[in-house]
Amino acid sequence: MKSRRLLPVLPLLTLLAMLGPVIAGLYGTVLPAFGHLPAAGLTGPTLSPFFDLFDWAGLPRAIMLSVGVGVGATAIALTIVALLTAGWSGTPAFRFLERLLSPLLSVPHAAAAFGLAFLITPSGWISRALSPAMTGWDRPPDLLIVQDPWGLTMMTGLVIKEVPFLLLITLAALGQADTRRSAAVAQALGYGRLTGWLKTVFPRVYAQIRLPVYVVLAYSMSVVDVAVILGPNTPASLSVHIVKLMSDPDIAMRLQGAAAALVQLGLVIGALVFWRIGEGVVARLGQRWIMGGGRGKIDPIMCILALTAGGICAFAVLAGIVVLGVWSFAGFWSFPDFLPEQFILRNWMRHGSGTLAALGETALIAGCVTLMALVLTIGCLEAEYRYGLSISARGMWMLYLPLLIPQTAFLPGLQTLMLNIGADVGRFPVMLAHLVFVLPYVFLSLADPFRAWDVRMGTIANALGARPDRVLWRVRLPMLLRPILTAAAVGLSVSVGQYLATLLIGGGRVATLTTEAVALASGGDRRAIGVYGIMQTGAALIPFTLALVVPAIVWRNRKGLRHE
Amino acid sequence: MNKGLTLRDVVITKGGAPLLRVSHEVAAGEVLSIMGPSGVGKSTLLAFITGTLAPDFSATGSVWLDGVDITHAPAHQRRVGILFQDDLLFPHLSVGANLAFGLRAGGTKSDRQAKIDAALTEVGLEGFAGRDPATLSGGQKARVALMRMLLSEPCGLLLDEPFSRLDTALRAQVRALVFARAKARGLPVLMVTHDAEDAEAAGGDIVTLTPSP
Repeated sequence: MKSRRLLPVLPLLTLLAMLGPVIAGLYGTVLPAFGHLPAAGLTGPTLSPFFDLFDWAGLPRAIMLSVGVGVGATAIALTIVALLTAGWSGTPAFRFLERLLSPLLSVPHAAAAFGLAFLITPSGWISRALSPAMTGWDRPPDLLIVQDPWGLTMMTGLVIKEVPFLLLITLAALGQADTRRSAAVAQALGYGRLTGWLKTVFPRVYAQIRLPVYVVLAYSMSVVDVAVILGPNTPASLSVHIVKLMSDPDIAMRLQGAAAALVQLGLVIGALVFWRIGEGVVARLGQRWIMGGGRGKIDPIMCILALTAGGICAFAVLAGIVVLGVWSFAGFWSFPDFLPEQFILRNWMRHGSGTLAALGETALIAGCVTLMALVLTIGCLEAEYRYGLSISARGMWMLYLPLLIPQTAFLPGLQTLMLNIGADVGRFPVMLAHLVFVLPYVFLSLADPFRAWDVRMGTIANALGARPDRVLWRVRLPMLLRPILTAAAVGLSVSVGQYLATLLIGGGRVATLTTEAVALASGGDRRAIGVYGIMQTGAALIPFTLALVVPAIVWRNRKGLRHE
Repeated sequence: MNKGLTLRDVVITKGGAPLLRVSHEVAAGEVLSIMGPSGVGKSTLLAFITGTLAPDFSATGSVWLDGVDITHAPAHQRRVGILFQDDLLFPHLSVGANLAFGLRAGGTKSDRQAKIDAALTEVGLEGFAGRDPATLSGGQKARVALMRMLLSEPCGLLLDEPFSRLDTALRAQVRALVFARAKARGLPVLMVTHDAEDAEAAGGDIVTLTPSP
């Protein structure tokens, strides 16, 4: 009975895989930040790495960018999602937008950022569409839109990617609360749709989506790939600066990088505390608003604004992918023309072998990591079912912890630690680093359907003489084929989109589609970016398509499993 | 050897508070009906007998089946068949595969197929082996679920409100079928129900559970 010994260990193994690298990485960050790096002959503690960092003139600006973009993007995305759901949930327009946005969730951040850039630069698609007829431009105007010093474009890039995420999380939360009747009661009392929803349903829903909102905040503050593509250069945001310092051969720079990583961690913790206090303030204001009894006179305007904002987010990602595709096939394409003079295959031929190698690497890493995550997740959930080893509320925080600690705070430390103990950087460590991010998403995606399975099916199968393992393999897993494939698709897309973990832990030697694509950002070769961006998007989207198609084919003659 | 199902001084508690107390013998071919309002712990008793009691309950006493103490046996080795109010046919398997899942291992392929076909014929469903269970009517599903359970050759049978989802006409028919098959195989039957008509039709002892104070 191998499984009897193995299964109860899996929850522990899962926690270790998720938290081990985070804790090790933080440890590996703290020591060098205080000047302690025995491998380089340095012993601390000293504060000089911090003093060196504070001497950098760009620091205040970099911190401002990190905080401003992070908090701004989160607040805007949350506002759009709340108003959109308030004003439109249950309507055909909402269902349409929901269908449009759910696949966009899997589009990697880097690809969405490139797509946005190709739309809104002075020579981008929008400017081409309006020129020269409406603008009179026959050459691109000299405007700094992408990489603007205030980080507004970067913030936009984050908003368009986080709106789909928060919207789907909100929809999942809506299913659990009895929201429809509350909204109906509010409307019967004369409240507008939007105001009634915000006053009665939103507080309950927010309590459920709080942790994912924190994840968006921590992520937006410390993101690297979107910042490299859309963010300003002089100075860059703090996380980009950390990566720059960490890739410097000079040891003193690495110490400074570790110090900056700790500052980043402090900033994120501070921002989370600030946000938590802000929740209290908003709740207080909201209560006053509810007591006032206003029925929502400007609801119709707010509804239109919310739908417009949601539509813009969907359009920006979708049109971004299209323009990436157009560039990847573009021959000569002069400015005000809306389309290239000819479509050619040469770009794909030129980058073919490079992209195929990167695709292979991406698929290998994503496949292995997702498989590991599925085994651990199913093991945890099955152990919970058989032995009652359930994950408590504290466990939920543990699932979110790796997503709340900024990547730039622990990945550099993990890299330093690995170099110190002489571990080889490369593919396998990269997989373990990816697992930290993939596991929580796979777990969160599979846990609800797995637990919702009717346990009487298990009782029946047991009573028919089937061992627990047979019940799992022959009954439970086949019945859960669709959610398992969906969780796998989520895992694959998270792994495909990883930039920093691949770059740092791979020591620059592991080339995936994402690292290759981001590396092209500074070069500005739009055709190459188009090719890599499309490949990256495809690598994330195709698994989602398969997760829909495969169960439909496998269970084509099983009506009981079709509608879910 | 003492054929039948025996509950010996069974006390089930939840969080220290006693929930129910049963001590009874069900002889082979007999039916014991357990009645009582919902929430009194009828289904919990069945979970105790099948070995799937939720961790927040605890129980003392013992369960004997055909002279064997099965109180601590793993769920899959107890040889206690159970039918719920829903048919709970495995939706991913055909009708025939559902029956094959229940049929005890062993025998040649054609042997097993013959047994499955015979079981379908026994309940008037010949030729249904290849069907998707979701396309069957309520009465047909109930009959397949019954035969799936009987093919696993249980030594005792538990019924958890098994007929409450069926409409009146179908109900008497399925009920008669289940009791007849159980009697033919000499199985002790323990039925949990809130319907006096079911208990009456069973024709055996009736135990009424009352909520504990």
